[in-house]
Amino acid sequence: MDSTELINDIKTNVIQGRVTSDDEGFDEGFEGKPATVELVEKALADGTDIKTLIVEGLTGGMNIVGERFESGMYLIPDMLAAAEAVGQAMDILSPHLENAGVKSKGKFLIVTVKGDLHDIGKNIVSIMLKGSGFEIVDMGTDVPTDKIISAVETHKPDFLGMSALLTTTMREMPNVIEGLKTKGLRDNVKVLIGGAPTSPEFTEKIGADVHCADAFQAVDFTNANA
Amino acid sequence: MSEQFRDGVIVRDPFKRLSDDEIQILDKASKDILENLGLQCFNEEAVDIFSKNGCTVSKHDERSWLVKIPANVLKEAVSKAPSKVVLGARNPENRLILDADTPRIYFGSGSETNIWLDAHMETFVSEKDPSKKKQVAVYTQKRGNIERLCTAARLAEQLENLDFFIRPVNIQDEEITEDNHDVNKFYHSLNNTSKHVMAGLTSLDQLDNIVKMAEIIVGGPEALKENPVLSFITCTVKSPLEMVDDATQKLIEFSKRSLPFVVSSSPQGGSTAPIQEAGMVAQINAEILSGIALSQMVNPGAPVIFGSVPVRARMDNLHDMYGAPEFNQYNLDCVQMARYYRVPCYSTAGVGDSSVPGMQATIEKMFTHIPIAMSGAQYIHYAFGLLDRTNIFCPAQAVLDNQHIGMIKKFLGTPKMAEDDIETAMGQITKVFNSRQKLYARFTRRGLRDGSIYSHYPFEGDGSAGIIEKALARLEEILSRPVNSLDDDIQKRILEEVPGILNK
Repeated sequence: MDSTELINDIKTNVIQGRVTSDDEGFDEGFEGKPATVELVEKALADGTDIKTLIVEGLTGGMNIVGERFESGMYLIPDMLAAAEAVGQAMDILSPHLENAGVKSKGKFLIVTVKGDLHDIGKNIVSIMLKGSGFEIVDMGTDVPTDKIISAVETHKPDFLGMSALLTTTMREMPNVIEGLKTKGLRDNVKVLIGGAPTSPEFTEKIGADVHCADAFQAVDFTNANA
Repeated sequence: MSEQFRDGVIVRDPFKRLSDDEIQILDKASKDILENLGLQCFNEEAVDIFSKNGCTVSKHDERSWLVKIPANVLKEAVSKAPSKVVLGARNPENRLILDADTPRIYFGSGSETNIWLDAHMETFVSEKDPSKKKQVAVYTQKRGNIERLCTAARLAEQLENLDFFIRPVNIQDEEITEDNHDVNKFYHSLNNTSKHVMAGLTSLDQLDNIVKMAEIIVGGPEALKENPVLSFITCTVKSPLEMVDDATQKLIEFSKRSLPFVVSSSPQGGSTAPIQEAGMVAQINAEILSGIALSQMVNPGAPVIFGSVPVRARMDNLHDMYGAPEFNQYNLDCVQMARYYRVPCYSTAGVGDSSVPGMQATIEKMFTHIPIAMSGAQYIHYAFGLLDRTNIFCPAQAVLDNQHIGMIKKFLGTPKMAEDDIETAMGQITKVFNSRQKLYARFTRRGLRDGSIYSHYPFEGDGSAGIIEKALARLEEILSRPVNSLDDDIQKRILEEVPGILNK
């Protein structure tokens, strides 16, 4: 298999949303065949050009997934499966990106705020952003405000995404923003917020940059500001 | 004929309203009615048959007789009714198997309404703020005719959750007479759907023509026995307890020819039957059993179906009232009584009092669809598109009912707990537990595509017009599909050999 075929195969597996060989695809007949992870590992071993692999294989595949989602052919699980495949491919490739001259689209620090253990939405946003080529720093759930602020200081992310499911816990969000201001970090990072009780009005009130009603809005905003 | 049937849904542990003791009480009450009060019978041949089979008959007045059926005679006759009835179809895959011992449910249409309700969307502008516009469904009532019957049958062919066709509109074209009514309603139904077709028979004189039509379709008399593509409904008893002349004669003829048919009774609680559950069920059960017994006296083993359509009167206008709790009680009890006698049950659900499609209609319909389905009634009619009780048929509502019945069939499906199901589940749980994101979404993909996982309500709207607008769009798409007609040579033969068909 030459590198063009291999990259095409990776692209196909991204479109199929197959992470590893035991995954089923969107279409029949893929189970048991090498999937994104195995093929990316092979590409690395073969010395395939990483930049081409990312642009044509992973991003190319995701573009088609996006089109299929827009057309209604794909549903959210198909989109997530493809994004997960790209995310895992990027984990394998990340130590080699600098040498290959590949820059990440940006760094995204994501967190569920203090007092809140809900992370389904946060995880979906993580998968989608990673699949779009962002570097993700996921701090998990119930993260105290001071830890978020020091992580922003340490990781210097381009974006900070905060999630809360409860009206009681979303009150932590303005504290984070105030903390960032106090430390002089606010202007260095775009702040995205999301979660059921949040709203555009709340976003404006606390001084965040954007309210995301779903993962797609987060992807759109970050891509527009990358 | 291969053993092909529509799947239906086999309901596990069907819902029971009556205890075994209560079934015995009702059985005894019905037998007491027939043994001690008897039936007023207006059909002389039936009186002779009852008499020859051990019943007591006496002249009631110049037109009728009093027939008293001893309990043992009734029991013996009813026990001869087959527990399994096959209803055929032009497409063998659409055949139905009604087995009294198996709670396999099928849903179908009915009844013979006079009004066809068309709908279209119009834009309305707010008087207060002309920039505000809203799409609103506007309805037009039309009379039933052959063209609309054909459309209804084409729709039935395409609705995947509709298992059998009882014409939902009457044909009222100017050219329709008593003589050509039957041939037209059966022909145009059979020419537009490959599913089973059932109907009442207007004129017994037309029975030979209807049978001839069916034989041409399936390939002769023997083939018709194997694959009865059509069947009949006969309402022999006018409640309370009057066995009428012409419907009883039809019962006798269907029985002699071993044509499948429903012995139906439809008393109205509060007017023609007691409104209280015990009295209603005791009476309707007696009425249906008298017809089943007669059919078996005529021809033991004749394929009959226990047809229960008990309704309740609305006491401010004496109309039937379907969206009533008592309706469910009566009907659930009848399903159990039919099962007790081991005769397949033709039951009733999906009728509402609302006169337009939408929320009220759907709530009322689901209020009966769900419990009756859970009871395991084999043959649930009236289930598609009826409004204003049984006076209006609305195709857009039939499209919505198809969706809702699909949801009910899905929820009543057999649980999948086999070894490989558990193995698959454990594989998923392990994989997700060991992953960073803890999401099962990817494992929904295949099921969403093949339909084994429910996707979402396809008619979501804004609560008023949205749902109807979407139902109309679906209806238009369905009716644009090719018609599954009879082969040209079969159509030609029928038109040549069966008189009276209007080739519209």
